[in-house]
Amino acid sequence: MLREKKSEGTIASLTVDKLSKTFAGREILKELSFQVADGEFCVLLGPSGCGKTTLLRIVAGLETASGGTVSIGTARVDALAPRDRDVAFVFQNYALYPHMTVFDNLGFSLRLHGVPKKEIHARVTEVAQMLEIGHQLDHKPQQLSGGQRQRVALGRAIVRRPKLFLFDEPLSNLDATLRTNMRVELARLHGRLRSTMLYVTHDQAEAMTLGEKIIVLDRGEIQQSGAPGEIYHRPMNLFVAGFVGQPQMNFIEGRLDGHGKLHTEAGVEFDLFSTVGGRAAPDSQLTVGIRPEDLRRCASTDARFAGTAEFVEDLGSDCFVHLDCGGLKLVARLPAQDPIKLGQRIDLNVDPERVHLFHQKRRIDLT
Amino acid sequence: MRRIAFAGAVVAIGAFTLLPFLWFVSASWKSATEINSIPPVLWPSFHWDHYRAAIAEHGLLHYIANSVIVATATTLLSIAIAALAGFALARFRLPWGRFYLMLLLALSMFPQIAIAGPIWRLLNFLGWLNSYQGIVAAYIALSLPFAVWILATFFQELPYDIEEAALIDGCSRWQALRLVVLPLAAPGLFTAAILVFIHAWNEFFFALIILTYPARQTLPVGIALFPGEYTMPWGEIAAASTIATLPLVALTLIFQRRIVQGLSAGAVKG
Repeated sequence: MLREKKSEGTIASLTVDKLSKTFAGREILKELSFQVADGEFCVLLGPSGCGKTTLLRIVAGLETASGGTVSIGTARVDALAPRDRDVAFVFQNYALYPHMTVFDNLGFSLRLHGVPKKEIHARVTEVAQMLEIGHQLDHKPQQLSGGQRQRVALGRAIVRRPKLFLFDEPLSNLDATLRTNMRVELARLHGRLRSTMLYVTHDQAEAMTLGEKIIVLDRGEIQQSGAPGEIYHRPMNLFVAGFVGQPQMNFIEGRLDGHGKLHTEAGVEFDLFSTVGGRAAPDSQLTVGIRPEDLRRCASTDARFAGTAEFVEDLGSDCFVHLDCGGLKLVARLPAQDPIKLGQRIDLNVDPERVHLFHQKRRIDLT
Repeated sequence: MRRIAFAGAVVAIGAFTLLPFLWFVSASWKSATEINSIPPVLWPSFHWDHYRAAIAEHGLLHYIANSVIVATATTLLSIAIAALAGFALARFRLPWGRFYLMLLLALSMFPQIAIAGPIWRLLNFLGWLNSYQGIVAAYIALSLPFAVWILATFFQELPYDIEEAALIDGCSRWQALRLVVLPLAAPGLFTAAILVFIHAWNEFFFALIILTYPARQTLPVGIALFPGEYTMPWGEIAAASTIATLPLVALTLIFQRRIVQGLSAGAVKG
């Protein structure tokens, strides 16, 4: 029933081409181009102020672009009013109609589109049951908890069976537990509806768990787009490497000498990898990136880094150890089984294949 | 002790504001001798003659009808125009929007006497003196700046997201205004409407200069013209004033909660 519309053969891919937006002399979006395939869950990930919400609002028709085009399926929509684009938008603060009951909130768009009362009733009831808000249809939004309001906001989008779902940080107003639950539910929902979805967030956990494709945005430019694994394991530049991953990737600045050795500013010097040869000229400035979980404890003879534990964040399952290696600050994610005391000396090594190398902020692939 | 002092203050202020009202209500029930007696009689003997006389001899019902027509028309038209103007000022990024709002505020402070002459000449030119449309037009001119100001600030307080949700759900701008914005702005609309109505109901000066024929005169002018050449019918005036006040008291009591919501809307975001 819910997939009726799609089975009619609607191709609801989203194509954004050279989209730009200038506001008050400031370039907010710089000629962005990307595509979301039919049925794909695409996440726009970026820090606040990177332009991701503006992009979403332009796709919805709530704001106008300064240049470029937006197409849904094969039709250009950038000149259309929001209501003619057949998109649904889930707002960060839910934006429910406070003067209407949950039922009327859910059925409002259907009523506007002249859907017969009987069908409205059937569709609203179905969606309400799916979201487990069936018993609250007579309530007004202010009688609901945050999580319930969020469900109504989701339901309002689902009930329309739009070509495209747009989400603007829909979970950011929920508390941590609820957020995790709703995240799983959203993923399940997408599995069930198989609709095209564009989801804006600054929360990388949301991006990694929900997205089939992630587009990382910073300062109005696409930094990288790809599958979550690709973004995490092959960040194409320093920004993506630093933004994705919690705790943040360790960065070690240094100068490469002629023998594949990196001399860091902190005075710690270590043998880089023979693999680097040929990809970066001797004497160039490099940044080495190592994810905290790629550092592991080893015998002192094998140690690439040795340092003292300055601070330990124990999460139960594992712990984040903040180390001082002769002025170089590192964070390592270590198993929680062997407890670490403050001030303890710790020897660490890293698998050369798991090291990321950046030259002038761009990735150098070692393999 | 502090609570007693507080209660005392409340009673004192209440009595001070209510006293004139209570005095003419009481006067309307007194006999002619009681009204003029010295020392004054505080408790009336409940005569209804003044009410009968005000209605039968002075045409009170006719003035009430005029007032109802004029005040209602003024309120409906003012609020309709002010809602649209206020919405535009609050929502569209008009380059001179802020300036225009300040200008409205300044306009609403103009003394009536300053615009009385021009308005009279305009209405005379239109042939609208002594007509409902003439007095209503003048009242709209008086109340509009104030109503637009109230509603614009009220609309600004409404979260824009809700309106955008409506636009995406399939509303045109008009539908969004009618189905979502106006219902949400109801407390503001009520507040503005009641204030405009009270003003139109009580207004005396413009009514006096624009409505010179008794056929169109409103309550305040009508009551003011009760005195004959040699008589001062205090009892009838008091009775008419009591009746004139009742609709306002009733309106305020009925919509009290709405008005309070409307007046405090800026303070606490709903």
